[in-house]
Amino acid sequence: MSKKIAERGLRHRLRQISAEGMLALSTGRKIPYILLVIALIAFPIVDSNAPHVDVAADAGRWILLALGLNIVIGYAGLLDLGYAAFFAIGSYSTAILASGQFNIHLSFWPLLFASALIAAFFGLVLGAPTLRLRGDYLAIVTLGFGEIVPRVFRNASKFTGGVNGIVGVDQPKIPSVFGLHGYSFGFNPVPYYYLMLVVILLSILLINNLRNSRLGRAWMAIREDEVAAAATGINTVTTKLLAFSLGASFSGFAGAYYASKLFIVTPETFSFVVSVTVLLMVVLGGMGNIRGVIVGALVIYFIQSYVLIQLPGWITSATQALNIDFLTKLDISGYVQRSSFLIFGVILVVIMLLRPQGLIPSAQRKVELELGTSEEAVSDLRGSA
Amino acid sequence: MRFFADQLTLGLTLGAIYALIALGYTLVYGIIELINFAHGDVFTVGGLIGLTLIGLLQLQRASPLLLIPGLVVVFLVAMSLNGLLGVVIERVAYRRLRNAPRLAPLITAVGVSFILEGAIFLVKGPDHISYPNLLPTGDITLAGFALGANNLIIIALALFLMVGLQQFIQRTRIGRAMRATAQDRDAARLMGININRTIAITFFLGSALAAAGGIINGFYFQDIVFNQGFQAGLFAFTAAVFGGIGNVVGASVGGFVIGVIVAMVAGYMQGGQQWSDVVVFSILILVLVFRPTGLFGMQVPEK
Repeated sequence: MSKKIAERGLRHRLRQISAEGMLALSTGRKIPYILLVIALIAFPIVDSNAPHVDVAADAGRWILLALGLNIVIGYAGLLDLGYAAFFAIGSYSTAILASGQFNIHLSFWPLLFASALIAAFFGLVLGAPTLRLRGDYLAIVTLGFGEIVPRVFRNASKFTGGVNGIVGVDQPKIPSVFGLHGYSFGFNPVPYYYLMLVVILLSILLINNLRNSRLGRAWMAIREDEVAAAATGINTVTTKLLAFSLGASFSGFAGAYYASKLFIVTPETFSFVVSVTVLLMVVLGGMGNIRGVIVGALVIYFIQSYVLIQLPGWITSATQALNIDFLTKLDISGYVQRSSFLIFGVILVVIMLLRPQGLIPSAQRKVELELGTSEEAVSDLRGSA
Repeated sequence: MRFFADQLTLGLTLGAIYALIALGYTLVYGIIELINFAHGDVFTVGGLIGLTLIGLLQLQRASPLLLIPGLVVVFLVAMSLNGLLGVVIERVAYRRLRNAPRLAPLITAVGVSFILEGAIFLVKGPDHISYPNLLPTGDITLAGFALGANNLIIIALALFLMVGLQQFIQRTRIGRAMRATAQDRDAARLMGININRTIAITFFLGSALAAAGGIINGFYFQDIVFNQGFQAGLFAFTAAVFGGIGNVVGASVGGFVIGVIVAMVAGYMQGGQQWSDVVVFSILILVLVFRPTGLFGMQVPEK
């Protein structure tokens, strides 16, 4: 009897804590976010420099990819090394169905979702047989898939234009309704920017709700201990499959957007480096934390598209200013230009060794990664024999 | 028939190279359950060390009498140096994460792979570098078939190294320590085995074999490029999985099987060269799905 009361008391307390949490978020902590959103909406109006807006829209695409991969790796703990494959599938779906390739010109808006669905479908096809595999095997299977997909697109030149890819993907149009004028996106980055902003905001809402839902808790349970999760009645295969295909659908969505924004799709754009870049964003930011992942995506994008490109110039001007003969002859800038691979690798290793929880860690993930799960590797091998 | 025999020798030669790399994957996986993603690039580095040594010793111009001892020196030194590289990688990037969740060392392995590839790119640039062929080029007629002498030497050398490794693992004290560590790390520690040293030796052996593979690969294709390790590594990993990862004999057999498959696809399928990687990766996925223990594997990889 008294135990029951105690339990009820605990439940009540828990409810109170979560209610307090919600309250805190709804008042004080919401204000900076609202200000941020307003700033983001105002950005293209204040800064009418088209290349800037273009860069921001492109960064948004990476954020979307990172948010999607975060579901797979951050929540469900499945290492997907072939994430770019789904991006490629999304891009090519849109490119084939909305271009002169077969003279099919479907509207962009349903295609955006169709591409996401097609990518999710392939996520199911790949995931259904393979998600039963242990984590590191899954990583290799996805890696293999990530290698196969661009190659198939490259080799099946009848459908995909081969190495040259598909040129002339249709631009999104807003049809004219209720007497309002229609609007074509064309090559203007501003509407793309707003589209991406809306998509990201909706994605954050969706992912946030998912994480706190039954499904999200099931993902995290599986991540922490799959055997225990299965023992509590979670269908691990279905749950993992949902994470996998949901992550894939984000990638497909981003792919559709990318194809129509870039106007052209080629197989080289979906190499392993893309998968690793997105992985790096998620790991650097903090697996399992939405804010962290967004920050990680922005940092890596900034390094990749600004620092690494500007650095050689900075070094050249620095050595010229110093006027040291020995240094100017050494061609440091040339070296830096060629070292993006190296820098990426160093970032990955250093983060995993020194700050495995990422820049902005999720609380649970942090404990797990810092304390380690000793004995786990040995025990699951033994347990299976 | 002639064409088939040619493709078969090509396949077995490729297979010898894949098998030498696959042994490194399988050794490391056997002992710490890590897919050493950087291993493919370790293979490239091994080939480059060999190339540098050949240049230093001026072996291209050496007389046939000096060539053989020269080659022995090149192989031994390159294998030792590359073995040390493997030890350093383990020490820096993997040891601290030995008890971390599995994803952590796998991610550092991807990072190390990028570092090695990036470093080679930085030093050697993006172009293909020509590699001297120091193996004899004539044909040897065997049962009516003319076989390239270089193919035979490569296959024989690979078999020699495989048998040597197998004997080392089965017969020596260190080999026994390796098997014990693979079986149960904690129990092995209680028996007085120095775990860190045993794991370091495992990395040394794997990387040394990869160096041998790298040099052979250079001789055979007369070419080396900074990112060759990515594909070769994946093919070799497929071979290791095919044979049953953790199993030395399996990795050797798997290597030859994958090599022959690649050669046959390239020879008989229309536009086969383009499709060979798609075929190999499909095999990888199918094997992992339907028989994750591989041909000779005994451990069940599912939890």
